[in-house]
Amino acid sequence: MLKIILAVVARDLKLAMRRQADIVSALFFFVIVVSLFPLGIGPEPDLLRKLAPGVLWVAALLATMLSLPRMFADDHRDGTLEQLALAPHPLGLVVTGKVIAHWLVSGLPLALIAPVLGIQFDLSSDALVVLTGAILLGTPALSGIGAIGAALTLGLRGGGVLLSLLVLPLYIPVLIFGAGAVDATVSGLGGEGHLSLLAAMTFASLGFAPWASAAALKIALE
Amino acid sequence: MKDRFNLYRFASPATFYPLAGKAIPWFIAASVLFGLAGLYLGMLVAPTDFQQGEGYRIIFIHVPASWLSMFIYLIMAFWAAIGLAFNTRLSGMMAQALAPTGALMAFLSLWTGALWGKPMWGTWWVWDARLTSELILLFLYIGYMALTAAIDDPRRADKAGGLLLLVGVVNVPIIYFSVKWWNTLHQGSSVNLTKSSMATTMLYGMLLMALCFWMYTIAVALMRARTIMLERERHTDWVKAELEEPAR
Repeated sequence: MLKIILAVVARDLKLAMRRQADIVSALFFFVIVVSLFPLGIGPEPDLLRKLAPGVLWVAALLATMLSLPRMFADDHRDGTLEQLALAPHPLGLVVTGKVIAHWLVSGLPLALIAPVLGIQFDLSSDALVVLTGAILLGTPALSGIGAIGAALTLGLRGGGVLLSLLVLPLYIPVLIFGAGAVDATVSGLGGEGHLSLLAAMTFASLGFAPWASAAALKIALE
Repeated sequence: MKDRFNLYRFASPATFYPLAGKAIPWFIAASVLFGLAGLYLGMLVAPTDFQQGEGYRIIFIHVPASWLSMFIYLIMAFWAAIGLAFNTRLSGMMAQALAPTGALMAFLSLWTGALWGKPMWGTWWVWDARLTSELILLFLYIGYMALTAAIDDPRRADKAGGLLLLVGVVNVPIIYFSVKWWNTLHQGSSVNLTKSSMATTMLYGMLLMALCFWMYTIAVALMRARTIMLERERHTDWVKAELEEPAR
């Protein structure tokens, strides 16, 4: 079981490494969106500190969404996806591998660059640690839930916009607790509760979302 | 009917279409009757609220619309589950037929809520847990309709939409509680809408209005389902026969 997942992860990572520009452009999208906010609302540190968690998280949501359509689209176009669906392994495991690979390529870089952006927003070091932790914990859930949307919109016209309509409302709990964890740290309440809930959502979505996505893929491949 | 009465007979569009056609006028009539009775109770009989004055009467529209917006989503998810489990044609059509009404109810609920909130709270909108989750529910309806509209193959549209509904229904409680906690963390519960001390006439008026909305929903959903059936089954004999009849 683990072998299948690892094989898919390795394959997807290899493919992603061949096209590093995709990874980098999603990352820079994140950086640019976050940098736009101070320009829009002004440079007062107090205001920025208050806005930082929400801005960073919303930008992370959007950056994750940007790379979602590619999760299945390329494999769908060249027929790989059909072969994967025909293979004797459960499709859910293959999707689990793809979700993990997607997170490694899109979620992990976001978490790594987030503290740098947090400094721009004048966050304290405690808040930066929690912010990084929250993004690390929360983005796998984004990849998991996003996989369902990507599978449902596979091969549809206007897929990208449609995907955001489907997926963004489902991202709301992650946004709330992700930004809430940083907020709670800043205000001195401690973000452990939020982080636990984020972790719970990540595990739940990693457990269930691949199977829902597999069902959606089967519908799309019919 | 000579053979044993069999409910599954109506799982086929050919038999359901005339049944729905016969049922629609009854549901419309029931809706009008319940609506008139409910409005009479709500607008004329129910006493003026000592705190909120006459403005509270908007709840006779607001509360049924909110209830229905939530019920309809559940019913759609129910049809989606049936459709995915038993591969029935009609379930997907029913889910699609219900969706616009559900979105309308969610919108009405938000709109009347805003109209009520302005004089009562002094603001059109607060980020209260209920308002926010109702707004998200509206987003979910819109997502469902956008998805089914984007897929040309009706069978795929039904199944993909159904899956989205099931995912959504699992998420609705999570979203609701996260919004609730988020709200209490941010500002504390600013508004309390508990209406335990409601006059009986108000309650009856509201229940009658809810029944009116129910009947309206059923009637409209059946009408829409009939149209969807005709469109999808246009190659079949029964549709041809059905469409030729008035010309004769």
